[in-house]
Amino acid sequence: MPEARVPESRRADAIGQGPSGLAGRVWRSIVRAPLAPRTDQERKWAMVQNFVLHFRPVRVPVKTLAYTHTLGLGGMSLVLVMVLIGTGVLLMFGYEPAPGRAYDSVQALETVTTFGGFVRGVHHWSANALILIAVLHLLRVFFTSGFHAPRQFNWVIGLGLLACIAASNFTGYLLPWDQRSFWAITITTGMLSYVPLIGGWLQQVARGGPDIGRATLIIFYTLHTTVVPVLILGLAALHFWRIRKARGVVVPRAPGEAHDPQPERVLGLPFLLMREFVVALVLVAGVFTFAALVAAPLGEVANPGMSPNPAKAPWYFMGLQELLLHFHPVFAVLIVPGAAVLLLLAIPYLRYEDDPSGIWFVSNRGRLMARRAAMAALLLTPLLIALDEWVLDASKLLPTLPGFVTVGVLPVTVLTVLAWVTWKRERARPGATRNEMVLAGFVFGGVTFAVLTVVGVWFRVGGMALGWAGW
Amino acid sequence: MTRRPKRGRKPPDPSAPAGADRARTGPPDPPEGGPPPSRRAFLWKAWLGLAGLAVIELIWVVVDSLRPRRRDVATADVVVVAGPVDHFAPASVTAFPAGRFYLVRTEEGGFLAVSRACTHLGCTVPWSSEEYRFVCPCHGSAFDLHGDVVNPPAPRALDLFEVRIENHIVKVNTANVRRRRAFDPQQVTWA
Repeated sequence: MPEARVPESRRADAIGQGPSGLAGRVWRSIVRAPLAPRTDQERKWAMVQNFVLHFRPVRVPVKTLAYTHTLGLGGMSLVLVMVLIGTGVLLMFGYEPAPGRAYDSVQALETVTTFGGFVRGVHHWSANALILIAVLHLLRVFFTSGFHAPRQFNWVIGLGLLACIAASNFTGYLLPWDQRSFWAITITTGMLSYVPLIGGWLQQVARGGPDIGRATLIIFYTLHTTVVPVLILGLAALHFWRIRKARGVVVPRAPGEAHDPQPERVLGLPFLLMREFVVALVLVAGVFTFAALVAAPLGEVANPGMSPNPAKAPWYFMGLQELLLHFHPVFAVLIVPGAAVLLLLAIPYLRYEDDPSGIWFVSNRGRLMARRAAMAALLLTPLLIALDEWVLDASKLLPTLPGFVTVGVLPVTVLTVLAWVTWKRERARPGATRNEMVLAGFVFGGVTFAVLTVVGVWFRVGGMALGWAGW
Repeated sequence: MTRRPKRGRKPPDPSAPAGADRARTGPPDPPEGGPPPSRRAFLWKAWLGLAGLAVIELIWVVVDSLRPRRRDVATADVVVVAGPVDHFAPASVTAFPAGRFYLVRTEEGGFLAVSRACTHLGCTVPWSSEEYRFVCPCHGSAFDLHGDVVNPPAPRALDLFEVRIENHIVKVNTANVRRRRAFDPQQVTWA
């Protein structure tokens, strides 16, 4: 007998759920399965019949429920997207996307609208939290090797989602039209002009003209309120659907433990849904509390005639701006980030000797290598930054060569060769697998980017000199 | 002409002749050798061509609606009338916020209209008369009176606008910005 079959006596129309008479008939026409199922049979039935519940699996591997396995980060991202859509729609009722009106309308939201400042605060902090949590989710998937077949393409979709989240944050950054937002967008779109050949055109398209102005605001507003959210919802649906098609997230296992093709499963309701519900509640409570205590920043109104000192990109792009201080623009803006994106995309498609999916940090040796790579990046990156800042001066050392060579080709080649030599040496060690090597390389690159971001956000003061910038 | 089976997901009929199910999936292979392509093959290509055309049209529409709009030429003052030549002392810098440029009179008495946007990342560079140079507040680039880079990270000299002097009146055309690598005496306009 199929499991989801429910005894005749317990069917919604038979048990007389809800009020009797016309109201009851209407109610039962809408809700076909019991809203408060009491037995496992009824729970399974509800999971299939209820529209909202049917997005979640009826049965899940019991081991994947451990909170320390997924940390709930993917679900948290979805909850934040929902919060952002809700608060975003509320903000749209009050916001006017025109240079002369935008700042005033945001100020009116803050001071006149009931709870307007709170809604804006929730939107602002949720958006920043979303970047952080989405990146942490990417790290979790990577460190538990959740990108091997059949999840390879879902890694790519996840990267697309991360790009959309960054685009969403970035386009939203301009909307308050204060000094901070105006100059951050000026700087970031200014970076576009360094792309060879099409840079100028690219910048003009992004700005809708030569300067940041009316056209820019309309473009950013449209992208922020329609294009990017639709993309995020579409990609997120695909992302979640593919997890289901892969029979759930990777099943955790200890190093050396064999892959279990038939893991023990329990019912999604209540075991998975209760956990997800609790995570969502705690997250929403946390974001709301934070927004109630810390208001979203709103500075002076944008003044195109006066740049602040220093002018910084949004924090998630400060790693790039920091790179721009050390390398030739073509390398800092195009070649290095482009190579990083290609490497990230390539991760699931490399040829690996084994499939360690579900094991944190691949193996015990992998854990050790990751730790060493992190330490190396943590030491080397600040050292190189300091060296470039105070010791090396390319224009004095090699005065005859153009900047494209002295701060572009030359340092990038040297660093690439060093990385390649290190890779070959490590690979030659007995037993280091491709999985462990990729793990170490990823950790090294990730920590380097994190250090660049931290230096850019907190250690760059006026004129982009090194110093403590304060909180 | 006999009717061929419609395209669809019917399981192949074992009793049908071998070529009958060919028409069901995608374009038919052109018959080997002799007869011209069938009507079906022609229609298939026509549909493909139309779909391609539609995609191109869609891309065109999207790109065109994103295309940078020129500054409203009819409303904005494209040509800024700066004033009589004598109003500007040699070796002076005068700001024109509406035109987003500085009018520079060189030591020799020539004129340059220098864009106020830093060539590094687009910050607005103020003129510092004490230091006698443009200093970018954002990232520390500095430019001399002619807009030439005296301190990186700026990669090239400040952009220029066209200066015209008619009847001893200095006029600056802000419609087109001119990029340049470095200062060149030919860029100077003389009264």
